[in-house]
Amino acid sequence: MREFEYVVPDTLEEAVRLMVEKGHRARAFAGGTDILVQLRSHRFEVDLLVDIKRIPELNQLACSEGEGLTLGAAVPCYRIYEDPAVARLYPALVDAISIIGSIQIQSRATVGGNLCNAAPSGDSIPALIVLEAICNIAGPGGHRSVPVEEFCTAPGRNVLQEGEVLVSLHLPPPMPGSGAHYLRFTPRNEMDIAIVGAGASVVMDDARQRIISARIALGAVAPTPVFARKAGDLLAGKEANEESIEEAAQAAMAAARPITDMRGTIRQRIHLVGVLTRRALRTAILRAREV
Amino acid sequence: MPDRIRVRTRVNDAEVEFLCESRQSLLEVLRDVLGLTGAKEGCNDGNCGACTVIMDGRTVNSCLVLAVEAEGRSITTIEGLASAEGLHPLQQIFLDEVALQCGFCTPGVILSAKALLDREPRADEARIRCWMGGNLCRCTGYDKIVRAVLRAGEAMRKGAS
Amino acid sequence: MTITADQENQGPGQLRVVGTRAARHDAVDKVTGRAQFGADVYMAGLLHGKFLRSPYAHARIRSIDTRKAEALPGVKAVATAGDFPIVQKQPIEFAQSVRGSRITAEVILAHERVMYVGHAVAAVAATSFHIAEEAARLIEVDYEVLPAILSIEDALKEGAPFLHESMTTQFRVDRFGRGEDTGVKSNIADHIQLKSGDLEQGFREAEVTVEREFFTQTVHQGYIEPFSSTAYWAPDGHVTIWTTTQGIFNVRSSTAEIIGVPESMVKVIPMEVGGGFGGKGTFYLDPVAAVLSKKTGHPVKIVMTRKEVFEGTGPGSASHMRVKMGADRSGRITAAKFYLAYEAGAFPGSAVAGGATTGTGQYNIENFQIDGYDVVVNKQKAQGYRAPGQSQANFAIETVVDELAEKLGMDPLDLRLKNVVQEGDRMPSGVPYPRVGLKEIEEAMKAHPHYSAPLEGPNRGRGIAVAFRWQGGQGSPATINVNSNGTISLITGSVDLSGTRTTVAMQAAEVLGLSIDDVVSTVGDTDSVGVSGGTGGSRVTFDTGLAAIAAAEEVKRQMSARAAQLWELQPEDVEFRDGIFTCTKNPADRMTFKELARRLGSTGGLITCSVYAPTTGVGPIFAGNIVDVAVDLETGKVDILRFTSFIDAGRAVHPGFVEGQMQGSTAQGIGWALSEEFFYTENGTVANSSFLDYRMPTSSDLPMIDTVIIEVPNPRHPFGLRGVGEVAAVPPLAALANAIYRAAGIRVTRLPMSPGNILEALEEKSAQR
Ligand SMILES: Cc1cc2nc3c(=O)[nH]c(=O)nc-3n(C[C@H](O)[C@H](O)[C@H](O)COP(=O)(O)OP(=O)(O)OC[C@H]3O[C@@H](n4cnc5c(N)ncnc54)[C@H](O)[C@@H]3O)c2cc1C
Ligand code: FES
Ligand code: FES
Repeated sequence: MREFEYVVPDTLEEAVRLMVEKGHRARAFAGGTDILVQLRSHRFEVDLLVDIKRIPELNQLACSEGEGLTLGAAVPCYRIYEDPAVARLYPALVDAISIIGSIQIQSRATVGGNLCNAAPSGDSIPALIVLEAICNIAGPGGHRSVPVEEFCTAPGRNVLQEGEVLVSLHLPPPMPGSGAHYLRFTPRNEMDIAIVGAGASVVMDDARQRIISARIALGAVAPTPVFARKAGDLLAGKEANEESIEEAAQAAMAAARPITDMRGTIRQRIHLVGVLTRRALRTAILRAREV
Repeated sequence: MPDRIRVRTRVNDAEVEFLCESRQSLLEVLRDVLGLTGAKEGCNDGNCGACTVIMDGRTVNSCLVLAVEAEGRSITTIEGLASAEGLHPLQQIFLDEVALQCGFCTPGVILSAKALLDREPRADEARIRCWMGGNLCRCTGYDKIVRAVLRAGEAMRKGAS
Repeated sequence: MTITADQENQGPGQLRVVGTRAARHDAVDKVTGRAQFGADVYMAGLLHGKFLRSPYAHARIRSIDTRKAEALPGVKAVATAGDFPIVQKQPIEFAQSVRGSRITAEVILAHERVMYVGHAVAAVAATSFHIAEEAARLIEVDYEVLPAILSIEDALKEGAPFLHESMTTQFRVDRFGRGEDTGVKSNIADHIQLKSGDLEQGFREAEVTVEREFFTQTVHQGYIEPFSSTAYWAPDGHVTIWTTTQGIFNVRSSTAEIIGVPESMVKVIPMEVGGGFGGKGTFYLDPVAAVLSKKTGHPVKIVMTRKEVFEGTGPGSASHMRVKMGADRSGRITAAKFYLAYEAGAFPGSAVAGGATTGTGQYNIENFQIDGYDVVVNKQKAQGYRAPGQSQANFAIETVVDELAEKLGMDPLDLRLKNVVQEGDRMPSGVPYPRVGLKEIEEAMKAHPHYSAPLEGPNRGRGIAVAFRWQGGQGSPATINVNSNGTISLITGSVDLSGTRTTVAMQAAEVLGLSIDDVVSTVGDTDSVGVSGGTGGSRVTFDTGLAAIAAAEEVKRQMSARAAQLWELQPEDVEFRDGIFTCTKNPADRMTFKELARRLGSTGGLITCSVYAPTTGVGPIFAGNIVDVAVDLETGKVDILRFTSFIDAGRAVHPGFVEGQMQGSTAQGIGWALSEEFFYTENGTVANSSFLDYRMPTSSDLPMIDTVIIEVPNPRHPFGLRGVGEVAAVPPLAALANAIYRAAGIRVTRLPMSPGNILEALEEKSAQR
C-alpha cells in the first residue's frame, strides 16, 4: 500500500474543502473496513484519506416515533443496533447491520460506508430501500437529498460527485401497521457475503389482513442493489396470504439480473430471490401483526 | 522516508507515544514498534480475528484500524490481561480446559471472550458462538473454546457475587 | 467418554501420568501472548522480504528487469532463482529417486518457466515491508504465455501437451517403493497399483453392485498463521534460520542444498507454529530469506500474506475417482475396483498413494484392484493435508458402502461389522494388521445413544462412516538431563504443533516416576539435538515418545548404578519402582528419584542421556463418525445438529488433547465436506484467496463435537498408544454425505456439498421423477 496523507477534520466544511482540493485522489474514511482492504489489494490508490468520524453531523443518531431516524453516515453498526429506539422501530435495519462481518467489524463498519461502497451485496442497502431512506449529501455546491434506491449506480460507484460527502440518512417514522425484514443467504452462518439478500416492508390495514402497500429490495442480483418496485406494488390491496406472497416472489425473481460468479450461479440466485422474498415478506407481515 | 506522525494513546493502562506512517495499521505498530506481538496477523483483512484488540471497550480487528486512529484512545492487548497477581480467569480456564492447540488464534479469542463476558456474563452457547464468529480457529473445532468461555462466565459471576 | 477395551492387554500396571490431563508446557505463554511464532522474530538491522508472483498459469520467463525496483529508496537487494546454486548445477529430473531439493527450489522460485498463478518469480529485501511490497510491483517480467492445463481431465486427454517434456510415468506397487520407469511420456507422474484375488470372480459372487464417480476440489489446510521465516547469513558463512515449520531438519538439509552450503553451516531454530496440518511439511521462504541476507549482510524476514498462502503454498489435491463394489446377500463385500486420479499440481507428488493404500482398508476384501494416478496440472504443487490423500478416497468408498447397505436392506453398521478388519487380516498393501480396534469402534458406535436417538423434524438424516489411517514411523532422538533437584529437562527435535512437548514428557515422567511438573520439555534447534523426523503423520507422541521412554530407561539404568555405588552393591541389586530406588538385598535402603538426584554430584556428576530410538514401524489407526443433519430443501443449506466422533487411541496419553485432535479434525472434515474449495478462474487464478471466500467453518457453523475414545492398546508401544492427529479428519466427508442422503434423498458425489451443489442435486432428482 502506497503512503498517503491522513487528516481528521472537525467540521463538514473542512472535510468538503479537503475532498475538493484533492479531487478523485481523496477519499472519505469511515470505519475503513472496505477501503483498507481495497487499498491493500491495490484496487486503487489514494493521496488523501479524510477521516470523517469527528464531524458532528456525521455522528448523529436520533430516533423517535414522531421524527423517524436520523442516522449520521459515520455511526458504526453497534451504536445503531444497541440503541433501544432503533431496535424497536426499525428491526429490519437491525437485521441487516447485525450480520455485517463480525462483532469486531461492527465496532467499526458504518452504514454510510456500506452504502457509499455500493457493493451489490451490501447488506444494509436493501433494508434502507424498503425503509424508504433518504440520503443527505453535502458538497461544494451545498446540500442535496437523494432517495437511497437511486444512490448506487454501478458496482463500487454512487451518485456522489467529487468533493461530496454523505452526511446522514433519514428514515421516515414507521407507519401504523407496518412491518419489515431483511435476510440474506450465505453458506456460512457468519463472516460471509450475501449470495442473495432480500428486504421487504409492508403496511397493512387496521385488521392486519390486507396489504396497503409494500416494498421489496434485493441484494447481490444485479450491478446495484435492486428496488423491485413492481413486486411490491403487486401486493397493494391484496390479502396477506401465501398466494399473494408467491406472486410478489415471482415478480422479484423477474426483477433480478444476476451473474454467475464464485459465490453463486444465475440459476441459484434467481431461485434464492424467490425463497428469500417469500421469507422476508412472511416475517414482515408477522411483524406488522405484532405491533 | 515519508513524514511520520506522532500518536499519543493508552495501551494496557499506560501512556504510550509512538511515530508512524499513515499507512501503518494499529496491528503493525503494536507489533513492530511497541513490541506487543501477542496480536497476530492471520489475514490482514478483517477475516480471522487473530489481531483482535479491545479499543475503548469494543473489540476491533487491529489490522483494519490505522495506527494514527489510536490517538487519544485506550487499547487493551493480550499482554494487558494478566497481572502480578496472576492470570485473568479466562486465561486460567483456557489453560485448564485445553481450549487451545497451536495458540495462534488464542490472544484474539481470549480478548473477544473477555469483551463478551464483561458485557454479558450470562452469555449462553448460542450467543458465544455468534459473538466469536469473527475469530477463526483451525485447530480446536471451537468445542473447548466455547466450553471454556461458558465456564469462565460462571467463574466470573461467582467471583463478582 | 473413554472406553477401554482389552483390559488384560494393558501392559504396564497402573499408570500415574499417562492418561491424565496434565497442563501444557507452552500454555501460559500462549494465553498471555508471549509465545514466539515465526513472525515474532525481531532483531537489529532487520530487512523485510517480499515476492513477485506470476499472473499466468503457464509461461516462459524471457527476462526479468529489476532495475526500477532496485532504484526505489530503501530497497537493498533482489533475488531470483538464478541466485540458487542448485538451479545452476542441476536440471529438474522426475525419476523418483532424484526428486527432492531441485524441485523444491523450483517451487520456491521459478527458473525458466512459471507453472501456476502465484508461482514466485523474484523477491525483494527492503527496509520496510511496505517498501518491499512497492518494489516487488516494480519488477518487470517478460513472459511468453504458454497453454495451461487446469484439470485432470485435460491433462489426460489424448494429445494433451506435456507439462514436463522429460517426465515419464513411474509404475509401482508399493507406497514407498521407487517404482519402475515405464518410459511412457505423460502427464501422469506416478501410477500405483494394488491388487488381490480375482476381481471378475468377486463381482460374479455379488448380489448387489454399486458403481459411482466422484469429484473433489482443491482444499487448503487453512492454518491461521501464514508462513514466515527470518534468516541471517553471517560473514563467517553460518546461516541461521528462525522459521515456522513442521520439520526443522528437512528445512536444514534442503535449504543447505539449495543455497549451496554444507548442512553443518545451517542452523534452523523452530518457532511456535500456528498450525500446519501437513502444509508446513515443506517450505517456501527460508532459502530466499537466506540468499537475500547474504546479498545485504542483514537479517531478512519474510512473512506471507494470506493471499500468498492461498496462491503460493501447497493445498490438498483435487481428485477424480470411480468406485465399483459388490456384496453378496449376507453383506460380505466380494469385490472392489477403485480408480483414483489426484492433482499433483505443477510437479509430481500428490498424496494419491495415501488414498490408494487406505481407502478400502477398513474392510476385509478378497478381490480388489486399486489404481492411483498422480497427475500434473498447472496449479500449486499439492502438499499433505491431515491424513494426506485419505479423505478423498474415504469419501468415495464410504459413500458406496452406504449404498450397498441400503440395497441389501442392511443397517450400515452391520454391513461394516460384517466386513470389519481385525488382527491378521491384510491391509490393501498386503501387510497384515496387528491388533487394531475397528471392531470395538463399530460396536461402540452401534451401542452409542446417538445411533438410536430419534431424529425428529423434517428433512433430517443421520449418517455414519469409518476410516483407516496409519501413523507415521520415523526415528527420533531424545536427550534427558537430570538436574540436582531431581527434575529433568527433556530435549527433542520434532516441532510441537499441538502439545507434543507435554505428551512426550508425560511418557518420560511415567518411566521415571516423576510428576509432569518435574519435566521441562523443549524442542531443540538443529544444532542442539539429533536429526529427528518431521512433525506429521500422527507420529510425534508415538515416535518421539518412544525416544523419551528409551532415554528415561537409560537414565533409570545409570541412576540405579549410582544408587548401587552409594550402597556399595551391584546395579542388579537395585530396583526402581514408583519413583523409588530400593536395595533388593536390604529393602530398608531406599531413595526417591529426587533424593538420589541430589547425590549425583558426589557420585560422579550429573547425568545426561541421549538416545536415538528407531521407530517400531507404522501402525494402523481407525476412527468413526455419527452425524445428524437437517437440509433446507429450499436453499440447499446443511445444518449439523449433532456430531459424535469415535477413535481408537490405543491409549489416550492425554485425553484432553485426544479430544482436541478429534474435534479439530472433525471441523476440518466438515469444512471440506460442506463449504471449502478453491475456485479457479479460467486462467487458473484462485479467485477466493481470502478467508472471506475460502469458507472455513466459524464457531457459529458448528455444534459441540462429542468424542468417544476407545483404547485398544497398540502392541508396538510400551504404553499402547496410537497416533491420533489425523484419522478423525477422514470420515466426516462421507458421514455427512450419507446423512444428507437420508435427509434429502440425494447422493452428492461432488464436493463440497455446498448449497449450490445440493440445490443442483435436488433439481436433478426432481427432474428424474
Ligand atoms: C471481514 C469483513 C466482513 C464483511 N462482511 C460484510 C457483510 O457481511 N455485509 C456487508 O454488507 N459488508 C461486509 N463487509 C464490508 C464492510 O464492512 C461494509 O461495507 C461496511 O459497512 C463499510 O463501512 P466502513 O465504515 O468500514 O466503510 P469505509 O471502508 O470507511 O468506506 C467505504 C467506502 O465508502 C466511502 N465512504 C465512507 N463514508 C463516506 C461518506 N460519509 N461519504 C462519502 N463516502 C464515504 C469511502 O471512501 C470508501 O470508498 C465486510 C468487510 C470485512 C472486512
Ligand atoms: S489479521 Fe486482522 S483479522 Fe486477520
Ligand atoms: S488453536 Fe490453532 S488456530 Fe486456534
